[in-house]
Amino acid sequence: MSTVYDGESGEFVPPQEIAAAQDESLLQVLGLQVEFRTRDGVAKVLNGVSYHVNAGETLAVLGESGSGKSVTAQAIMGILDTPPAFVTGGSVTFKGEELLTASAERRRMVRGEGIAMIFQDALSALNPVFTVGFQIAEQLRLRRGMGKAQARAAAIELLEQVRIPHAAGRFGDYPHQFSGGMRQRVMIAMALALDPEVLIADEPTTALDVTVQAQIMDLLAEIQRERAMGLVLITHDLGVVAEVADRIAVMYAGRIVESGGAREIYRRPGHPYTVALLESLPRLDLKGQQLNTIKGLPPSLTDIPPGCPFHPRCRLAQDICRRQVPEPVPLDAARSSACHFTGELMDRV
Amino acid sequence: MSEPILEVTDLVKHFPVQVGVLFKRTVGHVRAVDGVSFSLARGETLGVVGESGCGKSTLAQVLMRLERATSGSVTFEGRDIFSLRGQELRRLRRDVQIVLQDPYTSLNPRMTVGDLVGEPYEIHADVAPRGERRRRVQELLELVGLNPEHINRYPHQFSGGQRQRIGIARALALRPKVIICDEPVSALDVSVQAQVMNLLGELQTRFDLSYVFIAHDLSVVRHLSTRVAVMYLGKIVEIGTDDQIYEHPTHPYTQALLSAVPLPDPEQRGRREVIRLTGDVPSPVDPPSGCRFRTRCWKAQDLCAQEEPPLVDRLGHPSACHFAEERPRIVPTSA
Ligand SMILES: Nc1ncnc2c1ncn2[C@@H]1O[C@H](COP(=O)(O)OP(=O)(O)OP(=O)(O)O)[C@@H](O)[C@H]1O
Ligand SMILES: Nc1ncnc2c1ncn2[C@@H]1O[C@H](COP(=O)(O)OP(=O)(O)O)[C@@H](O)[C@H]1O
Ligand code: SF4
Ligand code: SF4
Ligand SMILES: [Mg+2]
Ligand SMILES: [Mg+2]
Repeated sequence: MSTVYDGESGEFVPPQEIAAAQDESLLQVLGLQVEFRTRDGVAKVLNGVSYHVNAGETLAVLGESGSGKSVTAQAIMGILDTPPAFVTGGSVTFKGEELLTASAERRRMVRGEGIAMIFQDALSALNPVFTVGFQIAEQLRLRRGMGKAQARAAAIELLEQVRIPHAAGRFGDYPHQFSGGMRQRVMIAMALALDPEVLIADEPTTALDVTVQAQIMDLLAEIQRERAMGLVLITHDLGVVAEVADRIAVMYAGRIVESGGAREIYRRPGHPYTVALLESLPRLDLKGQQLNTIKGLPPSLTDIPPGCPFHPRCRLAQDICRRQVPEPVPLDAARSSACHFTGELMDRV
Repeated sequence: MSEPILEVTDLVKHFPVQVGVLFKRTVGHVRAVDGVSFSLARGETLGVVGESGCGKSTLAQVLMRLERATSGSVTFEGRDIFSLRGQELRRLRRDVQIVLQDPYTSLNPRMTVGDLVGEPYEIHADVAPRGERRRRVQELLELVGLNPEHINRYPHQFSGGQRQRIGIARALALRPKVIICDEPVSALDVSVQAQVMNLLGELQTRFDLSYVFIAHDLSVVRHLSTRVAVMYLGKIVEIGTDDQIYEHPTHPYTQALLSAVPLPDPEQRGRREVIRLTGDVPSPVDPPSGCRFRTRCWKAQDLCAQEEPPLVDRLGHPSACHFAEERPRIVPTSA
């Protein structure tokens, strides 16, 4: 049974919020709360985020920009800048071990070996003054105790695995000498160096062209299958999610508003925000006329509306939505939705 | 058919690649746009799609006369835009407007919304008498769905989608006939993107606008366009109506591009044909001989390296491939 870290008292307490917590979860986030304390005020960026990923599974974290996808990932990795960011509650466990209270030393160990991360912008994630080969080999030497020649051979093998053509010849090239797609491959090779069990990919293809995006997504799927990794794919692209996700967690204003199996959610979304997102999407296979839009904008996180954060934009909003925050309710073993009217919504379709 | 409002013939734009600091030497040319022809009918939207660097924005800049063409011609209402002078040039500057991608950098942060939207009236004072401008600007703001009372606010006080609306209001100020949209919704989130796309659609009907709509998102282009041109390395490789391009593509590049777009429908997993291109787009400084797509094309033959395939109509619409043919199941038909 996991407990939840309460930032106020600094103690572990039983979880207020039971997500579809599963014992075999490799990585589990429960009721995570993060705020940014800035001169303009306190932004409540994460307000109880819960999700989990199992070995060999792809969880897609879907949400529009600013919904808190990257901050959640950074909190998991322990790479948030404090200040301004403060974890004020919740729990992050990796194979049952609480990370939020683990020592800095222990967290460094888990980073890379347990959980690795890749980013949207490979150019700024790679060090421009070192060759890509050196950057991969150095990790292997420092963390795996390999000798120079051995580390070099292992790095070349990794570059081959991510299909860098003429990998041995490109070992000595600098990041800027690679194209966008190739750099993304290099970053994936670097993330795989210490053989992590979970890979968090934060918008890994957002900056790429569609043909290159397809190559990178194929590569990620293949690597995940081969290594039976848990993959957390962060994205705002409903198409990418539909093609690769086993499960989905939909984020809005620092909360998971709906989660469940990918097919089920696309077939019958259980939250008005998910419905609206799917309806606002122009489609390649449909010549549409008017798109259904969501009125208004996502809320400012320094000023989240009371009750359901989606209520100012929701077509189904009632009085209760303005007063009471809807808690996630299980729809079945694998699904949950945080809406007062999920039942009505799902009955309609 | 009525006379096209915009006609582009064999348009070429090369940028010199120079080395040296003191004594610049030209060592080659970026062939950003390399022989592009199309026409735009009144009230129509021509979508232009293609991967990064294929020349879409350069094309937009030349159509706006912000860059001079290396060769070829662009005519607006029958007149060559590069030979216009004086009054005629001013007229062109009114009739053809542009909306840019980045709502964060394309607006001067020190100007109020009122100044930004009303700025075109400073140059074209005859369009709106001074006393009437404020009211005009407020009308424009209302037209694009912004609060007219926000006329004194600055761009940073607006969201990305709202800034894009400011850009659109500004483009509409002089009542143009043509708007070149260079990735107008690419930087926006899905829910906001839909709002701006609907707005562009409504404005087109209301003011009988013609659009050149540039985007890399093929779904967005399908939604708004009546005809579509697919670009690769500075050239149009296929052009046709929306249905011709999306349902009956014949060029291997168009087919690959469409097949790479992920569909937001898990039920389609594994049901579509997947064409995966290898490698990246070659450099436009030194494009491959013959067909420029041949280094990534799975159908390439010897002929493709020797002879450049012309953009000709053999299967119902123009396609620049020696071996153009239809291919089923690229884009599944939806239930
Ligand atoms: N002023 C310039 N000087 C030199 N080269 C240029 C210049 N402007 C554009 N280019 C080059 O011309 C080619 C086409 O660029 P362009 O900006 O038109 O591409 P694009 O299709 O709009 O790409 P994106 O999808 O990334 O916006 C690129 O190789 C680019 O680097
Ligand atoms: N260093 C920071 N300082 C202040 N606010 C931040 C910082 N990093 C992120 N935020 C805020 O946290 C919220 C969530 O951001 P993020 O997780 O990056 O969103 P997403 O990845 O979903 O687009 C946003 O409102 C963002 O502005
Ligand atoms: S709780 Fe109310 S406002 Fe929130 S999503 Fe459900 S119906 Fe809409
Ligand atoms: S001409 Fe040849 S290389 Fe070019 S697209 Fe056609 S088959 Fe491919
Ligand atoms: Mg992010
Ligand atoms: Mg461009």
